[in-house]
Amino acid sequence: MSTRLPHDDGQSRRSDSVERPGDSERRDLGERLSQGLSDQGAQRLGQQDGLGQDARSDPDGRFAQDRSADHDVPGGRSSPSGRRGQASRPGRPGAEFLRTALGWFSLGLGATEISAPRSLARTLGVHDSATNRSVLRLFGVREVAAGVVVFVSRRPERALWGRVAGDVLDLSALGLALSRYRFHPRSATRLSVATAAVVGCTVLDVIAARKQAAMTEAERRTAGSRHPAHATARATIRRSPAELYEAWHDFERLPRFMYHLDSVRVVDGHSHWKAKGPAGTRVEWDAEVVEDRPDSLIAWRSVNGSQIDNAGCVRFVPAPGDRGTEVHISLDYNAPGGPAAVAVAKLLGEEPGQQIADDLRRFKQLMEVGEIVRSEGSPAGARASNQLHQRPAQPLG
Amino acid sequence: MRANCWLGKGTVDVLDVPEPRILNNHDAIIRITRTAICGSDLHLFNGFIPTMKKGDILGHEFMGEVVEVGREVKNLAVGDRVVVPFPIACGQCNACHDGAYSVCENSNPNAGLAEKILGHAPAGIFGYSHMLGGYPGGQAEYARVPFADVGPVKVPAGMDDEQVLFLSDILPTGYMGAEMCDISPGDVVAVWGAGPVGQFAIASAFLLGAERVIAIDRLPYRLQMAQEKSGAEPVNYAESDVREELLELTGGRGPDACIDAVGLEAHHSSPPAYAYDRAKQMTHLESDRPFALRQAIRNCRNGGTVSVIGVYGGFVDKFPMGSLMNRSLTLRAGQCHVQRYTKPLLERIQAGQLDPSFVITHRMGLDDAPSAFETFLNKEDECVKVVLTP
Ligand SMILES: NC(=O)c1ccc[n+]([C@@H]2O[C@H](COP(=O)([O-])OP(=O)(O)OC[C@H]3O[C@@H](n4cnc5c(N)ncnc54)[C@H](O)[C@@H]3O)[C@@H](O)[C@H]2O)c1
Ligand SMILES: [Zn+2]
Ligand SMILES: [Zn+2]
Repeated sequence: MSTRLPHDDGQSRRSDSVERPGDSERRDLGERLSQGLSDQGAQRLGQQDGLGQDARSDPDGRFAQDRSADHDVPGGRSSPSGRRGQASRPGRPGAEFLRTALGWFSLGLGATEISAPRSLARTLGVHDSATNRSVLRLFGVREVAAGVVVFVSRRPERALWGRVAGDVLDLSALGLALSRYRFHPRSATRLSVATAAVVGCTVLDVIAARKQAAMTEAERRTAGSRHPAHATARATIRRSPAELYEAWHDFERLPRFMYHLDSVRVVDGHSHWKAKGPAGTRVEWDAEVVEDRPDSLIAWRSVNGSQIDNAGCVRFVPAPGDRGTEVHISLDYNAPGGPAAVAVAKLLGEEPGQQIADDLRRFKQLMEVGEIVRSEGSPAGARASNQLHQRPAQPLG
Repeated sequence: MRANCWLGKGTVDVLDVPEPRILNNHDAIIRITRTAICGSDLHLFNGFIPTMKKGDILGHEFMGEVVEVGREVKNLAVGDRVVVPFPIACGQCNACHDGAYSVCENSNPNAGLAEKILGHAPAGIFGYSHMLGGYPGGQAEYARVPFADVGPVKVPAGMDDEQVLFLSDILPTGYMGAEMCDISPGDVVAVWGAGPVGQFAIASAFLLGAERVIAIDRLPYRLQMAQEKSGAEPVNYAESDVREELLELTGGRGPDACIDAVGLEAHHSSPPAYAYDRAKQMTHLESDRPFALRQAIRNCRNGGTVSVIGVYGGFVDKFPMGSLMNRSLTLRAGQCHVQRYTKPLLERIQAGQLDPSFVITHRMGLDDAPSAFETFLNKEDECVKVVLTP
């Protein structure tokens, strides 16, 4: 179960408050995106910070994640405008964490109630009678159900309110026991402690339910259930921004150095991409350029209905002191196959962060020396997955 | 073809392997006429450099005749005689542009691996592990040479192989070791290690204007070579106290510059001190034994320079940072940027200022490589440098 939160994630990146070269440019892009840009592309930004809380323009929420990461895209660090956007939505970052934590808590407590009612009864200070045990077991079943519902429900805030009702039930049972055991100081103390604990849980459940209710449909969909990947890479290349921009803009030739791409076809404004996904999967999508600044920036994203949601941006920033151009790439996508596929891919060395770093290394080689550099140990050239499975350094034969 | 392959720690053997072919348009294929064994190969032999793979062809000091060139090769033609620098460098990246060829940004296809170990990746090197590219080496009959327009130096007619072979590595390395000392007139330079690299560091320090050079080693025949061929003052660390000797030889100042031409497999004359680092090395608590480096730092004069050309692979322990910092020392290091030095050094050889062949003590066939490794490793038979002929 993932507790990875897009917004928490964003926050940690956002804590980086030092202004860096290119920050103003990034902010610029962020702001332009948040101002609604111009077109339907921006409409689909939906959840873009500052663009609005509602996801009406993004009915299925599939872009919410891409977009919220989008203003980070150039360079992977957020812009101040993003920070502002965050601050305008108090309380929500913890919603997912709290929800999952409570879900797990319920599963744990319920399991104990079902499997070890005896010791629980002793801990609570009530008689270890058959009746008490079966009551505890029943409560256990209810608790487990409440936990499961929190995880699977399409409307987790309702499940959470359901938990609040359950808490009230627990509290009344405890109240009953308390009144019965009030002349047994040991039991009374234990029961009071238990009651206090349940009161605490109730408060958390209420908070969680309210936070969930405040989350938009889109946010919920992207949290947990999809596993967005964010990857960045950068390199300095001894060529002018114009040369690099031009080479990159030739999308159909990207597969020369982006090894996971099979092909890219450009058909009136749109491009059709075919790629090898993680762990041997094949994926295709259509993409459109959403921002195109000659010699400085290209941003693209997959269009609605794509098999894989992704957005990318490449920036070309003149390097200081005549050292060529700093190239910053940033990619965001929801991996097909979810977290398991991402984990497997990582083991195979095909994790997006590595892929893109390798892509950029090869792009640099193409631009600086005109070809991809090969060794007998790594005949395909720079590629993370090959580094772990080297041929011996002997001619290929 | 025949090639000397690394088969595991402590084992090399000459095997039949396929002949190289062009993989990149900037490649040339070279038929090797002379190749050598380097102190750096001993670090591979002894298993101190990570990411070696069984079957890797060793050797990064070689020369030969061009037999094939890739489509983009412009400066070389079939039939040219060339010496090949050991770092592979593209000539186009910022590092190459700055003359820092051994940290070329494009020649190491396994840069990602090197980054994990070293932080940033250095250049690819022939026959020197997969983290440094996974390139077959030159202890073989043929080798593929990438970026053939950038590295290989054409050998002028009339010069024989032994005069120029060491332009591939140890002569420029020793020279760079001395150059990093920024020698000014009157300087006294101390060189740890009187192996082939140390011999050339000593000779170069004199060429660059050192007043006196002190050679430190424990092998009398090597110290004697340094004394006779270059005029160094020998200090045998097995027989005398290095610190005492250095203080005595420099009027208590310490050498103005210290060169470490020993590297990660240094010996120590005190058994307990040796045992300490050896044990740590064996248990992987440190990868390198930095005796010579520690001693060089502690003995350098205040404000002096320590130049490290001995190879280190990973981490050292008990590094005297306090001595370095509080006494305003300068620490410089590097795999040699060979391409930067080949032309000027070739000119010096042509002008008769230098004959690098004096270090050669053993001439053997390629098939003798395994026994040559043993001889060189154990410093048997007064071995300084082994040259192999395929
Ligand atoms: N930086 C470069 O580009 C580059 C190039 C070539 C070689 N190297 C390195 O230079 C070093 C020397 O190479 P070599 O071919 O001369 O090897 P070598 O093994 O022949 O020489 C090393 C010498 O150091 C001596 N020595 C050992 N411990 C010592 C100590 N504590 N104090 C003083 N001397 C000590 C040995 O007796 C030996 O004579 C190696 O580490 C090698 O890897 C570096
Ligand atoms: Zn060498
Ligand atoms: Zn280069």
